This record gives sequence, C-alpha cells and structure tokens, in this order.
Amino acid sequence: MKKFFAFVAAAALVMTAGCAFGANAFKLGGTGPLTGGAAIYGNAAKNGAQIAVDEINASDSKVKFELLYEDDTHDAEKAVNAYNALKDWGMQISMGSVTSKPCEATAAENFSDRIFALTPSASAVAVTAGKDNVFQMCFVDPNQGSASAQYISDKALGKKIAIIWKNDDVYSTGIHETFISKAKELGLEVVSDMTFADGNDTDFSVQLTDAKDKGAELVFLPMYYQPASLILAQAAAVDYAPKWFGVDGMDGILTMEGFDKSLAEGVILLTPFNADAKDIRTINFVREYKKRFGEVPNQFAADSYDCVYAYKQALENSQATADMDAETLCAKMIEQFTSMTFNGLTGSNMTWSKGGEVTKDPKGMIIKNGAYVGLD
Amino acid sequence: MTMKRLINLKRVEARRIFITYALVTAAFVILQVMSSTKILSSSMRGMLVPICAYMVMAVSLNLVVGVLGELSLGHAGFMSIGAFSGVAAAMLLQNVIPFAPVRLALAMVVAAVFAAIAGFLIGIPVFRLKGDYLAIVTLAFGEIIKSLLNNFYLGVDSGGLHFSMLVDNTRLLEGGKLIIRGPMGISGIQKISTFPMGFVLTLIALAVVFNLVNSRGGRAFMAIRDDRIAAESIGINIMRYKMMAFVTSAALAGAAGCLFAMNYSTIVANKFDFNTSILVLVFVVLGGQGNMLGSIVAAAALTILPEKLRQFADYRMLLYAIVLIMAMLVANNLTVRRFFDRFNPFANREEEEDDISR
Repeated sequence: MKKFFAFVAAAALVMTAGCAFGANAFKLGGTGPLTGGAAIYGNAAKNGAQIAVDEINASDSKVKFELLYEDDTHDAEKAVNAYNALKDWGMQISMGSVTSKPCEATAAENFSDRIFALTPSASAVAVTAGKDNVFQMCFVDPNQGSASAQYISDKALGKKIAIIWKNDDVYSTGIHETFISKAKELGLEVVSDMTFADGNDTDFSVQLTDAKDKGAELVFLPMYYQPASLILAQAAAVDYAPKWFGVDGMDGILTMEGFDKSLAEGVILLTPFNADAKDIRTINFVREYKKRFGEVPNQFAADSYDCVYAYKQALENSQATADMDAETLCAKMIEQFTSMTFNGLTGSNMTWSKGGEVTKDPKGMIIKNGAYVGLD
Repeated sequence: MTMKRLINLKRVEARRIFITYALVTAAFVILQVMSSTKILSSSMRGMLVPICAYMVMAVSLNLVVGVLGELSLGHAGFMSIGAFSGVAAAMLLQNVIPFAPVRLALAMVVAAVFAAIAGFLIGIPVFRLKGDYLAIVTLAFGEIIKSLLNNFYLGVDSGGLHFSMLVDNTRLLEGGKLIIRGPMGISGIQKISTFPMGFVLTLIALAVVFNLVNSRGGRAFMAIRDDRIAAESIGINIMRYKMMAFVTSAALAGAAGCLFAMNYSTIVANKFDFNTSILVLVFVVLGGQGNMLGSIVAAAALTILPEKLRQFADYRMLLYAIVLIMAMLVANNLTVRRFFDRFNPFANREEEEDDISR
C-alpha cells in the first residue's frame, strides 16, 4: 500500500514539475468535467488548450503560459471548489468552466475576485450576464436556436419540423425556446414538439412515432450526443429516416464508444468548427490532436485552442507581463477583448461585445462516410 | 431549562452533548480566525459554508436513520425544497430587508417551513410502510421532488406571484422577473450565506436534535426503533412519533438546503439527486448511527477529502473510494476501537456508570 501511495505521489510530482515553466509564464487555469458523463467535453477543451500552450511555449513568443485544468464533474459546487484550488495555485487569467451551469457559478467568483475569464464553451446567457470580465468563445445558447432555424429556412432543408428536446436540461431548453420563436417568424411549421428528461432518456419510441405520424421531414435534436445516439439507433430500427439536424452538443457523436457510425450518416449539425476545413491552421491543429490523443478534435477542443491564442494576442497587444497581478491583467484584458478582432479556428474576424458575447459565423456540417464534412 | 435537562441526563450522555457543542464551537472559532487572517487557503475557505450545510444534513438524517431507525433515501429532496423556496423568498425580500443576515435567517425559516410541509405530506404514505419498502418509497419521493422542481416556473411582477408547470406560462408583465426557471433552476442568486450563519444553523440543528432525542419524544423514537410491537403495546402512538422525527428532520434539511444554495450564484434541481441523498447517508453511517458528533466529523472529512486529493489528478476518485472503504472498515473494527478507547479517559467511567444505572 505504502509503495502504491509513494508511486502516485511521485507521479503527481513529476506531472506538476513537467508543467512548470519558470516565473515568466502567465498562469492560466480552467475547470471542466474531466470525469463523469460530460467528460468528453472537459477533456477535449483541456487537450485543445494544452496543444495551443505547448505551441506557444515552443515558439519565440514573448508571452508564455502555464496551464492547469481542474476537474469539476459538471457540477456547480465542485466547480467552485476547483476554481478555489486554481486560485491557491496562483491563477492569473482564467478559462472559466467548460459547461454552462458550473461556469455560471465560477463566473460569479471570477467577477467578485476580479480574475478575467474567457470560457471556451459555456454557452448559457447567465454566464456573462451582469459581469464585465467574463467573455465567451462560443455562441450563446439562444443564438444557436435562432441560427439553426435560420439555417434550415435559408437552405430549405424542410418545412415540417419535429423537435425532441430534454426539458430538464439548461442547454436543450435554451435552444428550444429560441428555435421555436424564430421558426414561427420564418414560417417553419413545427408539427411535433416532444420532450424527455433524465431517467427516461433511453426509450424514444413515443417521440419518434409522433414525429413520423405527423409527417415531419426534419427532426431537430438540440441535445448532447448521448441521447441523440439512441434516437438515431431507434429511428433506424423502425425505418424512419427524416433529415436530422443537431447543434454543437451533437459534436462528439462519432468518437463515442460503441456507436455505429453509419447511423449518423447524413446528420447535419451547426457548429462553428469544421475539422475538414482546408486552411493550414486547422490542418495542423487536427494533425497534432490526432497524433497526441488519437481522435479528431471536436468543437470544444478548437474553442479552447482559440481561447489560448486570443489571450496571447490580447496579452501581447496590452504589453502585459507575467509578474502583474490578476486584477491589473483583468482591466487590460477587458480593454483588449472589447476592442480587438481575432482570427481563429472557429471563425475569422471575431469580435466581442461589452457584455462578453462573441460575434462569428456558424458553419453547417454534414456527417458523410463517418466523418464531418463542411456543408457550404 | 436546558441546564436542568442536562443535569437530569445520565452523565455519559450529558458529557457527550457538551463535548459536541464544545468541539463545534472550537472548530468554528479557530477556522474563523484563520479565515480572517488569510492563513486558510481559498480552497478551504470556499468549502466552509457547504460543510456546515452538509453537517446539518447529516445531523438531521441521523435523527431519522440513527434514532428512529427508519432508512430514508430521499433526504436530498427536502434539501432541494428548502433551497428553492428559501432562495425564492430571499429574492422576493431583497428590497424589503436590505440587511443580509436577517434576510438569510428569514429565508431559512421559510425553507424549513416548506420542507416541513413536504415532510408531513410525504410522511403520510411513507410511514404506512416498513423497512426496505419504506426506504424505496422515500427514494421515489426524492426523485419526484426533483422532477417537479425541474418543471416548475415561478415569476414575480407588479401583479404578484405567478406559477406554472411544464412550460413557462407565467406571462409576466413588463419589468417582471422569472425566479425559478424549470430545468435552468435559479440564476443570479446573491451570495449571502456566511460561515458564521452556517455555524449558527449547525448549533440550532444540534440543539433541536439533542433536546428532541432526550425528551419524551426521543425515548419514544428509540422504543419504536428497538421494538415496534412492544412500543405499540404500551400505548405509544407510532405514527405520531415517526412523523415528529421525520418532519423535524425535513425542516432542518430545508434550512440546510437554503444555506447551501445561497452560497452559490446558481442552483439546479438536478444537484439534489439520489447521489446527494446517498452521500448524506454515507456521512451518517460512517459517523455512526445515532452519534451526532460522528455525523458532523464525517460530513466535514468527506467533503474536504476529495478536494485534498486533487493533486492525484486522475486517481482522485479511486483514492477517495479506497479511503472510504478503509474508513468504514476501521470504524467497525473492534480491535481498532479498543485501541482508541485506551486514550479516552472517560471510557472506563462510562462503563461503570452504565453498570450502576443498570
């Protein structure tokens, strides 16, 4: 037993020592679900950020980073604990949290402690609401809903639409709300509007039968990939093949263990990142990610990769140095982010409003031969 | 009154109660000083209030599980009712009572009342059952509460309060505010919970539970636990006493939920799921059934432990599980207990007193 503990302690020491980068590096911290049901998002964000940090540290850039991610298991209480642990570590600038509710809790702490936060993927409105120093790299949920409706209408993907959504989930509810109102405005007909919740998220026959009976041509799935994978499988079992349309939570379905990729054939999803894009930065990022972690990076990884580079640009512009305290950096970052334009993997000419919301164009993607392909 | 009662108690019991109060107070004073002089890390400081809330949860559940002897698996449900009603009350009172501690205290009272009502309503069907069946039904009620709160909308505007279920039909007037937003829970909570308030709530919970246990009611609880038929035969109204313990426990859990929720800027019903109920039950079992000080220590230790294991990164939850198993084994090992009893100066005397009273 003693030996085992010693081994673990030694391993932990080596790991922290490996990250240490001397005194002239900015301490960048973030929390995310590294374990549990949402772990795929947290780990993707962590890996994406790590690649960016390693690239920057290996370059001749003046700005260097030291990155630490703490596990919050997708829970607000744990996220605040993780945030406090990062504070004890000496975090100067923050990557917020990866998922929405935890980030809402940590953002409040960021605000009262005056530590600047740029979250890669926490998309709820409440994350940035009323806080001048919390910014987002991803779209806010409501924008995803209305952007999806707009996209479906613009590309004439279908007139009769069914929605299956999770009514005890913040993310799903938020998108559903704005989708419905935008769809009404654009004259899309929502023929079936069915819900599910935690605990009854394994059998979707009722929802699918309803959508089928009412003749829906397109089924909108504003949810994470886990229930979506079951819906696709069960629809295939009853020979129901409408067009499927998802949002960024669907990203990751192809890397899910035990999922038959052929089921996702033809699924369209709206996400700001396209791993098949032909620009040199995306190609390099995807190659590096595949090499290190053995899978195609999803949007979360790209978002957090962008976060680190956005920080680099802002820190360089403001001539910040690593010996500044969090509060000084916070003021500088607010000034930079509300005025600068940033080009990243998840969009070009990104700008931020004073409220912390990003402006960038969504990209439509379709799953073809088991891979994401750009639709435009 | 309390003094007299303490004197009338068996000395062992009185000493145990005194030690519990003394240790809790000492811990509070030390931590408060460390916190205000910034010796305490941010990580520890951030956990003070949730630890207080979990302590109260553990003590209140111990009343039902340890003293009354009924296994309840839905305790987090009451915590969540308290959290939601308390936060809603605090939000409504925001402009009426600007002084935060008073507002928090009132919110806790509201939370306790709502949780007590829920406890009473749930108690009616639950106490028609026994043993395993009772445990499973409390589990079901915990899940029902979670589902209801996940679909509950509450808004306020100039026309008063508006409720709706399933979808948001509150139709608030201009300037209205949606407080509880179904699955999105409550956002933008003012964080007014403080460690001193948590300490006061812990003391209140201890006082309520100790006084209840050492009253006529408490004797009845234990009589029911030890032999239900014998208790009934001497005329103890079983339903009434069970209900008394259950409602008290629910009310305390409600207040704890309010304290917990007001420590974060956001709260969702899914937080108070089956896992949270089990976590609190683990505090009770590890601390010893019927042993309030044990519950308190276990609640504090098991809340801090996962945070202290952060340095082990991926092995964290594995180590947590191993430590938990070891702790359970050690706590139940006779040899280990005898070993620790050697250091307890009161141990021998306790036995003697027990012999005399027999």
